[in-house]
Amino acid sequence: MNHTNTISGDSTDRVDGRDKVTGTAKYTAEIPLPNLVYGVLVGSTIAKGVIKKIDTSAAEKAAGVISVITHKNSTKLFGLKKSKTAKKLDLGLRVFHSKDIVFNGQPIALVVADRLEQAQYAASLVKCTYEQAPHTTDFGTHLDQARPSSSKWLSDTKRGDVTAWSNAPFKVDQAYTTPQEVHNPMEMHSTTAIWEGDEKLTVYDKNHAVQDIRDTLAKALKLEKEQVVVNSEFIGGGFGSGLRVWPHTFAAIIAAKMLKRPVKVSVTRPQMFTMTGYRPATAQKVSIGATKDGKIVGIKHEAIGQTSEYEEFAESVTGITKMLYACPNLETNYKVLPLTYSTPIWMRAPGEATGSFALETAMDELAYSLNMDPVQLRKKNYAETHPDDNKPWSSNHLTECLIKAARQFDWEARKPEPRSSSDRDWWVGTGMAVGSWGAWRAPATARAVLDSKGNLLIQSATSDMGPGTSTTMVKIASDASGIPMGKIRFELGKSNLPPSPGQGGSVTVASVGSAVYDICTEIKQKLLDIAVETLGETYKEAKIEDVFLINGKMGIKGKPASLVTFADLMEKKNITEVEATKTSSSGEEGGKYAFYSFGAHFAEVYVHKYTGAVRVTRFVSCVDAGRIMNNKTASSQISGAVVMGIGMALMEEQHMDHQHGRLVANDFAGYHIPVQADVPNIEVIFVDKADPYLNKMGAKGLGEIGLIGAAAAIGNAVFHATGKRVRNLPITPDKLI
Amino acid sequence: MKLFQYHRPTDTQSALDLFQKNEGAQYIAGATNLLDLMKKDIVAPDHLIDISRLPLNSIQNGPLGVTIGALALNSDVAMHQIITQQYPLVAQALLAGASPQLRNMATVGGNILQRTRCPYFYDIAMPCNKRQPGSGCGAKEGFNRMSAIFGASDSCVAVHPSDLCVALAALDATITVKSAKQERIIDFKDFHRLPGNTPEKDNILEKGELITSITIPKNNFTKFHNYMKVRDRASYAFALVSVAVAFEIKDSVILDARIALGGVAHKPWRAYEAEAYLKGKSDSENSFKAAAALVVKEAKPLTHNAFKVKMAEQTVLAAMLAIFN
Repeated sequence: MNHTNTISGDSTDRVDGRDKVTGTAKYTAEIPLPNLVYGVLVGSTIAKGVIKKIDTSAAEKAAGVISVITHKNSTKLFGLKKSKTAKKLDLGLRVFHSKDIVFNGQPIALVVADRLEQAQYAASLVKCTYEQAPHTTDFGTHLDQARPSSSKWLSDTKRGDVTAWSNAPFKVDQAYTTPQEVHNPMEMHSTTAIWEGDEKLTVYDKNHAVQDIRDTLAKALKLEKEQVVVNSEFIGGGFGSGLRVWPHTFAAIIAAKMLKRPVKVSVTRPQMFTMTGYRPATAQKVSIGATKDGKIVGIKHEAIGQTSEYEEFAESVTGITKMLYACPNLETNYKVLPLTYSTPIWMRAPGEATGSFALETAMDELAYSLNMDPVQLRKKNYAETHPDDNKPWSSNHLTECLIKAARQFDWEARKPEPRSSSDRDWWVGTGMAVGSWGAWRAPATARAVLDSKGNLLIQSATSDMGPGTSTTMVKIASDASGIPMGKIRFELGKSNLPPSPGQGGSVTVASVGSAVYDICTEIKQKLLDIAVETLGETYKEAKIEDVFLINGKMGIKGKPASLVTFADLMEKKNITEVEATKTSSSGEEGGKYAFYSFGAHFAEVYVHKYTGAVRVTRFVSCVDAGRIMNNKTASSQISGAVVMGIGMALMEEQHMDHQHGRLVANDFAGYHIPVQADVPNIEVIFVDKADPYLNKMGAKGLGEIGLIGAAAAIGNAVFHATGKRVRNLPITPDKLI
Repeated sequence: MKLFQYHRPTDTQSALDLFQKNEGAQYIAGATNLLDLMKKDIVAPDHLIDISRLPLNSIQNGPLGVTIGALALNSDVAMHQIITQQYPLVAQALLAGASPQLRNMATVGGNILQRTRCPYFYDIAMPCNKRQPGSGCGAKEGFNRMSAIFGASDSCVAVHPSDLCVALAALDATITVKSAKQERIIDFKDFHRLPGNTPEKDNILEKGELITSITIPKNNFTKFHNYMKVRDRASYAFALVSVAVAFEIKDSVILDARIALGGVAHKPWRAYEAEAYLKGKSDSENSFKAAAALVVKEAKPLTHNAFKVKMAEQTVLAAMLAIFN
C-alpha cells in the first residue's frame, strides 16, 4: 500500500469535550420530544418457568398510568412472533411474546405513564404468579455439561503433536477461572421509539452500531431499511453492550406502536446487569511444556464459557494462544455451558481478556519453574510469523513493546524471588504480561461536503462510544486535507449517514479513518478537476500529490502563483459546494498478512501482609497499534483499558444466589469497579510505527489491546509480592490472607 | 416511589409533634440511605418529616466530653478541631466511610440509624426477615460473603454498615434521644441490638423518638489509637472487616484498651474479653497477638465468610501494631 504517513499524532483536545462537560451534548435519554411518555420495565422474580397469572389492575389504576403491556396484550412484532424466526434473525429474548421465563429479572411488563415517577411507582404494583421450573445457575459445578460451540467463526485447533507439552522437561498444567463481569458504562441504556404511522420508525437508542441496530430492527419489523432510522449521537460508554438490540428497545417500539406516541424506556442500574449483556464467566486449563532453555514445545488451552439457555454466545477465549508464541505443537478447545441467565455480549477485548489472563499467568508460572526472567521467556518465544499459517505479520513490534515498557518500569532492578521485597506492612511485587488483538478493517463509506468558505462536513454512520472518534476523524481529515480542524465537522451516530461498521473490535480508525482519509483526497481531486477545467495552463500538469489546501485556497507545491480560493473555483462552475461520497476497503494485502496490535503491561503492587488488601502502585503499558492518530485520546483509551484491567484483576465479579437463580448485589454498592483511589499513575507508551499494509494512515486498532494481559500482569505481580498464586479472579483480600 | 407528604419543621418539638400526628411518618435528614430505600420500595413512608433545619448540629465540649448534635454532618465532624485533636479515632473512622460527596450530606444521627447493606435486604424479590418479617433469611443459605460472624441468628445474618459507629462503640459514647414524652440517654453499646427473632428492629429506639445528640466521654486515647478498614477496593466500599483500637499506656503497660469491629455483626462489635485481657499487659506484639486471637474466639462463620475470622484477627493485630510502627 502506498503509505503516506501524514497524520501528525499530536495531542488534540476532544472536539465535543466542551459540549459533553457543559451538558450541551444530549445523550439518548435526555433528548426532549413532544408528547413523550415513559415506560418502566418490570422484571420476573423467578429464573425459569412460565407466567401463570399477571395482575396489572392495581398498576393500571395508579395515577398517570396510560397502559401496562404484557405478553397478553402486546402488539406482536413479526420477528418475535415465532421463536424460530426470532432465533433466525438473532433477536434474543422474545419480550412480551411468550409466557416463558428464561432468566431471573426478565422483563414481563412495561408500565407506561405520563411521568417517569408515576410509571416507576405503578411498576411496583404489578403482581405476577409463576409455575416454576428448575434452574441451573452454578457455572463451577456444571462444567461437565459444557458442549461444543456451534459458532461458525470459532474453531478448535490441533497443530503438530498435541501431547508434546506433557513430555517436555518443564511444564505448567493449571486451571484458571474468571467470573461474570458486567460492562456498566456510566450512561445507562435507553430507547425512545417514535412511529409515523406504521411505515416509519425512528429510535433514539444508546448503542454503538447504528446501522446494525437499524438492520436488525428492519428485519424484526419486516420493514425496509429506509423505513427505520436509528440515532445514537453521544454515548456515555458502551464497551460492547451497545452492539445489539436488547429487550427494552423492543418494549419501547411495541409501546410506541400501541399508544401511537413516542415512548421512552430507560434501563435502571440493576437492570443493566440482566437486560443488556455481560462478560461470561470462564473456566480454563492451560498446559505449557518447555525445554530447559525456555523454548515452548507445546501448549494446550481448554476453555469453557458461559452462555444462556435460549441463545448461544461464543467468543474467542483461546484465540490468543494460537498466535502469540512460536509453538509447533498446539491444541485449543472451547466449549459453552448454557445456564439460566440472560445472554452475554461482547465486552471489551471479548475472549482475549479472559483467555490472556489464563495464558499469561501460566507463562509466568512457567518462567518461575524455569527460573527464567518472564520478559526473556516472552522474547525467546517470539513468533516470527503467524504460527498457524506462517503468514508474515503486517507489523509486529511486541519485542519493542517489551523493551520500552521494561525500561520505563525499571524491570532490571527487580529481584525475581517471590516475597523478596517489602515496605512497612506491605509486600511489594512486580509482574508483567503481554497481549495481542487482531487488527481488522471493514469497508466504510464517507461523504464530504466542502463549501466555498472552506467549511468541510464529513459524514459516516460510525459511533463514538467514548474513545474520541469524532476528534480523531476531524484530525485525520485535517491532516489529510490541510483544512484546519476548526473548519471541519464530523457527523456520526445516525443510521441514514453513509455506511460504516459498528464500533466494536477496534476497527473504527482503520476502517472509518481510511474512508475519511480517502474522501479528503477525493475532495482535493474534485477541486483539482475544476481547476484543470477552468483555470487552464496553471493546473494542467498538476499532480494530486502536489496539490495542497490552505486557508480556503488551493495551490500547487512550489508554485505560489497557483493559489486560488475555493470560492473563486466554485464560482467558475457556478456551484456553492463540492461534494463526494466514497467507500474504502482493504485491498489484496488483506489476505497476505496477519494483522495484529500488540501490548506489554508491567505492574507493581503492594499487598498488605495482614489484611490481604492489594493496591496497584505503578503501571506501564507499551502498545504497538501502528501509527497513533491522536496521542491524547489514544493514551486515555489505553489508561481506561488498564483501569478495567485493575477492576478485572482485583474486584469485578457478579454474584449469583443459586437457590433463587437470581443475581445478588447487582448495583454499584455490590459490584465493584475501580475508584480513583484504586488507580495509580498509568504510563502509556506507544511504539508509534506505521503498519504498512492495513490502511494509508498506518494505524492499527487500540480499543481492546490495553486490557489484554493487564489482569495477568497484576496477578503476576501479586504472586511476586506474596508467593501466592491466585488463579481465580478477582484477587480480593480474602484470597490472600 | 409512593407519593408522600413532606413536612419541614424548624424546631425539635414541632418535629416530634408532627411524627405523633401523622401515621406512617418517618424522619429524614441527609437522606443518603432513606432515599435509596424509598426508591427500591423497601420503605414507603406516607409522611416525611425533614429534620435538617432543626438546630441540632453543634459540636461542643462539656464537662463530660464532647457532644455532637445529631444533625452535624459527617464531613464537618471529621474536620472539627475538637474531634481531630481530642477524638481522632472518630475522625479516622468517619473518613474511612462513604465518599466526600456522601459525607457532605450524611448526618451523625443518620449514620447511627443506617440500615444494613445486606443485598437480600435491598432486593424485594428476595426473602429477608429484616425487611419482611417471616419471609426468611436469603443470605444464610445464599450469598453470605459480607455477612456476620458474630451474634447472628437463624433469622438474620446481616451486618451493621457504619464505620463511625465502630469508633463510637469503642469510645463508650452515649446517645441522647427525645420523644414527645421524655428525653433519655442510651449507652452506645445498648443502642444497636442483635437480630434474634426480631431482626426488623435494628436498635432500641422507640417509635417517634429522635436522636438529638451523641456524647463521647473524655478519654486518654488520643495518643494510641487506630481505625483500620479492609474492603474490596481502596475506597468507597463497605467493610469486609473494620477495626477500631485505642489504648491508654503508661511505661509500656496497657492501662485501658478498647477494641471494636465493624462488618462482622448486626451491631458494632466490642471485643470485651480481649480488652480485659490486655489490661495490665505490656504493649508488646505477643500481647496483641493473644488479644487478637481472643477477639475471634467465638466467631461462627457461614459458607462464604470464613475468611472474615482470620481477617478480623489479623486486622486487629495489624491495627494495633501500626500504632507503634
